[in-house]
Amino acid sequence: MLAVVAVGGALGSAARYGVSLALPHDPASGLPWATLAVNAVGCLLIGVLTVVVTEARTAHRLARPFLGVGFLGGFTTFSTWAVEVRGMLAGGRALVGVGYLALTLVVAFAAVAAGLSVARWVRGSR
Amino acid sequence: MTLALVLLGGAVGALLRYVTEVVVRRRLRTAFPVGTFLVNVTGSLVLGLVTGAATALPPEVGTLVGTGFCGALTTYSTFGNETLQLWRDDRRRIAVGYVTASALAGLAGAFLGVALT
Repeated sequence: MLAVVAVGGALGSAARYGVSLALPHDPASGLPWATLAVNAVGCLLIGVLTVVVTEARTAHRLARPFLGVGFLGGFTTFSTWAVEVRGMLAGGRALVGVGYLALTLVVAFAAVAAGLSVARWVRGSR
Repeated sequence: MTLALVLLGGAVGALLRYVTEVVVRRRLRTAFPVGTFLVNVTGSLVLGLVTGAATALPPEVGTLVGTGFCGALTTYSTFGNETLQLWRDDRRRIAVGYVTASALAGLAGAFLGVALT
């Protein structure tokens, strides 16, 4: 179980690192789109996964530890978000910082809800 | 090399998050997701320290501890999922309290981490 979580976390972190290279961000201006993207996608997928592991009978018992706890936990990041908001607030971009903070929260909750809904809709239509 | 550091830090961070959540769930019977709250705040503090000390540290430390370990120790997917489940279970005050406390304490951790270096 521990190995499954560790491998998932390592792969999720590598995927997050890949996204950060693909969407570079200048801390002095703009928004950290890479962080917003990984957190939004990760929240969408955890919604889907929650339906798959709790409402489907065929899910593998390691699906949640590997994909949910490991991969998606490693892929998404709360610490980078907090430090980015701090940087905006401390760097004289308070409005952008508060906006980024709120935007991530709204997008994250909407993404989880969308993931749950889409997965239930797909399951129900089969 | 950089990828290896991210993989290693990510493995250790995810493992520590998992162990924290299991231990907290065994000890505390509460609807408030204490385990996730703890790892998110701790990770924000540590990333603040790494960020504040970035110029004094070799870049490999930032990659291993910042990108790998802190990134994987903390989680937005579990945070979002727990919040939504609390909301849908009609534990809305806990959900709002959880989001508010996580955001404020995480931000405070980030500020403190940078200030300490």
